[in-house]
Amino acid sequence: MEFALSEEQEILSESVRKMLEDNIDVDLLRNHSKGDDGIRANIRQLVVDMGLPGILIPEEYGGSGLGVLEAALIGEEFGRYAVPTPWIGNSVMAPTALLYEKGNSLSEKWLPLIASGEITACVSLTEAIGKRSTAGLSLKDSKVSGTAIFGLDGELNPRIIITVLEDNLILVDSESPGVTISEIPTIDTTRPVVEVVFDSVDFEIIPGGKDAIQKTIGAGRVLLAADILGASANMINSAVEYSLERKQFNRVIGSFQSVKHMCAEMAADLEPCKSLLWYAAYAQDNIQEEGDLLSCHVKAHLSEVGQDTARVSTQVFGGMGFTDLLGMHYWFKRIGLNRQILGGPEKVRQEAARLQGFLS
Amino acid sequence: MDLNAGPEYKSFRDEVVTFLKENSHMAGKARTPVRPNQEELEWQKKLIKNGYAARTIPSEYGGFGAESDVLKSRIIAEEFSQSSIPMGMANQGISMLVPTLLELGTDEQKKSWISKTISGEVIWCQGYSEPGSGSDLASLQTKAIVDGDEFIINGQKIWTSGAQISDMMFCLVRTEPDAPKHKGISYLLIDMKTPGIEVRPLMTMTGHAEFNEVFFTDVRVPKSQIVGKRGEGWYVANATLTHERGMLGDPNQSATRLKEIIDLMQQETVNGEKLIDNPVYLDRLMRLQARVLSMSFNSLRLLTASHKKLDAKMAKLIVKLNGCQLNHDLAGFAIDLLGELGTIYGKSNHDHGSGKWQWKYMFDLGLIIGGGTAQIQKNIISEAGLGMPREPKPMVGGK
Repeated sequence: MEFALSEEQEILSESVRKMLEDNIDVDLLRNHSKGDDGIRANIRQLVVDMGLPGILIPEEYGGSGLGVLEAALIGEEFGRYAVPTPWIGNSVMAPTALLYEKGNSLSEKWLPLIASGEITACVSLTEAIGKRSTAGLSLKDSKVSGTAIFGLDGELNPRIIITVLEDNLILVDSESPGVTISEIPTIDTTRPVVEVVFDSVDFEIIPGGKDAIQKTIGAGRVLLAADILGASANMINSAVEYSLERKQFNRVIGSFQSVKHMCAEMAADLEPCKSLLWYAAYAQDNIQEEGDLLSCHVKAHLSEVGQDTARVSTQVFGGMGFTDLLGMHYWFKRIGLNRQILGGPEKVRQEAARLQGFLS
Repeated sequence: MDLNAGPEYKSFRDEVVTFLKENSHMAGKARTPVRPNQEELEWQKKLIKNGYAARTIPSEYGGFGAESDVLKSRIIAEEFSQSSIPMGMANQGISMLVPTLLELGTDEQKKSWISKTISGEVIWCQGYSEPGSGSDLASLQTKAIVDGDEFIINGQKIWTSGAQISDMMFCLVRTEPDAPKHKGISYLLIDMKTPGIEVRPLMTMTGHAEFNEVFFTDVRVPKSQIVGKRGEGWYVANATLTHERGMLGDPNQSATRLKEIIDLMQQETVNGEKLIDNPVYLDRLMRLQARVLSMSFNSLRLLTASHKKLDAKMAKLIVKLNGCQLNHDLAGFAIDLLGELGTIYGKSNHDHGSGKWQWKYMFDLGLIIGGGTAQIQKNIISEAGLGMPREPKPMVGGK
């Protein structure tokens, strides 16, 4: 038994971190939020060059065939740097959906294109978690109509849309007539989410039914948790660094016990989340019977811890934390979006209870 | 990450399970500190003989003499807790004094005490805290002056659990009043039957006396009873303080409590509705379950780190703070589940087990304060873990 990352996993995580460290800073996030499309294309290219979109995709389809744990380690780094590029929907949820039943024609057609970075995939599973009065899909004459909301990774003209129709995952080629994609403005400008309107569009069913939906949501939740972990760790580190520079009353504010204790509390809450994340991610591929439950727990728990971290670390920055100058709000808002996507904490805990047979 | 145990461990687990099946009828009950009776001494002897207690203590000192293997230790702990059979004796002599003697004791001290301590024949209490020296332990004032071959001790200790049943005390005293405070302390082994020692029970908020005060008036202790050199007691004690912090906030205890709470929720009804069917309680349960899981996995991570002899840093620094708070919150939740009945603290027809939870809820608050307060833990986490400035320390010696 070994409850630790392997050397390969450490190297993967470090190399992604290094690449992001060299290429992403707050100015870039700020320019990106103002709509600089060149940035999107550049970051996307860096991620594709590293082969990250193919992380879960088997080698036969041109990917690296690794697991959800490796994806989560990358995801943690993406959260740490608030990376503005398609990731969870495109590189984790879409492949998880398409790989649920091995060797189907859809995976053969689309996975190589996702792995190589030629296309992106947008995933909207809101319908499976909480139907809304202003959205929803219906079936008529073998075509789908309606609106899918909170699609992840829809900002770079995604070639395929994966969403939910009744008890199945469906795949729509966005080049089919009748598909309109537009961004939904949210607090988080680092990762746009989209709504997709379907007007009597052709679709294909991804095999696997409800189980495939559940598995895809599970992988998505683990990755959202990973993003929160990285974003929170960055907020704590930045807060501690700032507290060791900023002086008041002739001493660095980080020498005041009140500030030290705020930081210690955040660190104490966040540290065990790392182990929870490793286990939950590992379980997705290796402990089938615990995978869904752990994906709920890690998502809900990191949502709570992340929210506290986001609030408290902003306070450590004092007035500066409230301004746009240091840009800590990008992480604050990213954590805020992660918390709600694929079910807020109460919703997800309810599911955790149901999975253990506590709720009829 | 590889959570599969190798075949060697699988067969070791089978061995433990078989032992428990065949011998569990001999096991005593886990009890609050009372002197072990004959039956419990026998059980302890059997556990040592089979390697389920004093596992890594060398056999020349009465232990089992196995190589340290954290995974095997964990398997033992898991299987004992699974069958609700108390592990071998756990007291401060075994967990704190024995490791200290092994590291820093003289040959004679090791021979005199280790075997008798692990067998339960000799019971120890710890004499560290004083009324004026809690978080600032190194400021302790109990004084020992040399008179011929003896130290003469005067002063007072507090928070001494088990003092009333102990044969011996390992104790910190000030032997060099003029040295800087950390350098004027010595570590002594004191026979509790020595004239001049008075033990007074210390009643706590729980209504029980889990601790004592111990008063020393001209207590004479042979000079050979010192561990380490004069003035080195602080460093001798620090070797064992790490052991104590590891013991407080044990995630196995949290997991056991969570299991008990789920049982309670599945049995207890209010207005004919089971507590487990109440969505608000269920939400609280799920929040706590996530915390328990996090700490359990954190301890697996620590286990691997210690196996590989790596410093787990932050993952280790947070255990006492998080674990004690989590246990307290679990007890608080159990009380809320019971509602009005949760306040019952004594014999009543309506008692559905709240007494135990109320006691834990209060006693845990004591543990949040004791063994390095939560605030001291936060200082340690921010300083050793996050690299923030240390609290200012006065440069004066003696005091």
